Amino acid sequence: MVETVLEAVGLTMRFGGVVASDNVNFKLKARELRCLIGPNGAGKSTFFKCVTGLLTPTSGQVFMRGDEVTGWSPHQVASLGVGIKMQVPSVLDGLSVQENIWLAARRFLSAPEARKKAAEVIERLALGPIARVDLGRLAHGERQRVELGTVVAADPWLILLDEPAAGLSGEDVELMAELVREMTRTSAVVIVEHDMQFIRSIANTVTVFHQGAVLMEDHVDKVMSDPTVRNVYLGKNA
Amino acid sequence: MVILPLKEAVTTVLVAAVLIYTLPMMISTYTLSILLIYAMLGLSLGLIWGFGGILCFGQAAFFGLGAYSYAIAAINIGESTLPMVIAMLVPALFAAVLGVFMFYGRLADVYLGVITLVVTLILFKFINSTAGPSYVIGKARLGGYNGIPGFQTLNVPGQPDNYIWGDPFYYVCAVALVIVFLFVTALLRSSFGRIAVGIRENEQRMSLMGYDVRARKTVLFAIGAGIAGLAGALFANWAEIVTPGLYSLGQSAEIIIWCIVGGLGTRVGPMLGAAGLAYLKFLLGQQSMIDNTLITGLILVLFVLFLPKGVVPAVADLWKLSVRRRPRRKRPNRRIRAERVDG
Repeated sequence: MVETVLEAVGLTMRFGGVVASDNVNFKLKARELRCLIGPNGAGKSTFFKCVTGLLTPTSGQVFMRGDEVTGWSPHQVASLGVGIKMQVPSVLDGLSVQENIWLAARRFLSAPEARKKAAEVIERLALGPIARVDLGRLAHGERQRVELGTVVAADPWLILLDEPAAGLSGEDVELMAELVREMTRTSAVVIVEHDMQFIRSIANTVTVFHQGAVLMEDHVDKVMSDPTVRNVYLGKNA
Repeated sequence: MVILPLKEAVTTVLVAAVLIYTLPMMISTYTLSILLIYAMLGLSLGLIWGFGGILCFGQAAFFGLGAYSYAIAAINIGESTLPMVIAMLVPALFAAVLGVFMFYGRLADVYLGVITLVVTLILFKFINSTAGPSYVIGKARLGGYNGIPGFQTLNVPGQPDNYIWGDPFYYVCAVALVIVFLFVTALLRSSFGRIAVGIRENEQRMSLMGYDVRARKTVLFAIGAGIAGLAGALFANWAEIVTPGLYSLGQSAEIIIWCIVGGLGTRVGPMLGAAGLAYLKFLLGQQSMIDNTLITGLILVLFVLFLPKGVVPAVADLWKLSVRRRPRRKRPNRRIRAERVDG
């Protein structure tokens, strides 16, 4: 039996009268790739934030590898070996690519080992030519890639990505898809995404959110052809 | 642990030795001592603000705490060695407790500035109101607005009658500053320092990497306060009296101006800014034509407008430009072009 790495039980998040996340039950197995889709305001990002510790859910529980992590701080969740990438690129602008990735690796490795690891990640992500350049001077696609680099440098067993393909050009999207596929060799991956083409190119199972709750969970092709999903997500005329 | 590369340590010590030797030929050691003490105070804020991103309006509070701790401990103990240590520990502990409240309460930016400012004000008001005989710590009377005079000043460790003053005191200050500078340099080279800079750049990313940002900021804040405390203790020895004026807002604001003028994010900048502006103030103090604070304010405005990064980064940029120009002319601009394609 494959281990369950991430589980949410009855996860509910209320902001005043708004129920952003409504009794969500979610299970993810080791090395599984899962996309979360849904229209704006469907509760994907809220769910994502509850799991990563950026928000504390009103009720319900989150488990990671069997440990309850509900209400933990992001740094505690990350310390378990969970890699997190937020929607807006969050990188260290004043520092070089190398330093960004070194800092991520340093959390789990000694300083010399972290240096080796950083070199390895830089090569894997083809960041070599810009390794010494400050992040603030890089293009959007490169910054996204560096942020992914900081995520994989920690060798996580669970990776949570919020819209990794947002704002990327076609070429960069392909590169991103390839990176994600590579990640699934060693870790489970959860992706919140809008870009349907990107989802088709990487995903098997897709979880559809609608009005805070899980609408359905199935193979990507089935989900795409489902009339209810087409109604709520793609609009009636799609 | 990262130990400083030998070459850099040797260079620093050599440059410092030359300066320590030559400066007294131009300025009296009495004045130089206070400039060095201010340089250390500037460095303490330069560390936590320039490298840790913690804008503290209350660095003077730690400076004053250090001075008062020294004075009170020196009166009670009658020998200066232990009081010097206490003068570092008390502000560091105070900052650690304050830091826990601020950073674990997720205060940032402006609110942090407000809290540290208010803490300084409270200390100022409190010390000012301790004039009565009931305010005593051991044998030391706090003395309210009169301050505490007549405490044991710096002596050779173990020999309370063998005072260090005049020229030797200048050398003690200089050596202390060099040691603190080397310590700060090593700290910034270490993983702790690099992580601190990471936190300055982006707290969220660092916590998503798994670093406990709150704890690390608290520790850095306490280290900065300890250095300010040491400067305070040296100041107490220099002035031979401590007064509530140490906690004043003017003093706090001045430290921030030193850092801005000298250059944030550098180690030398805040030190130069502190010593330079303090010396200017000293010179201006000898005339009565123009008001001191007016000039300081004018300098701050001019710097913010025309040299926002400060003196040291600006000079460093100029230096880089002039050094780089030559080799690039020989080679075609291949590297620049490669960067552009990738960027």
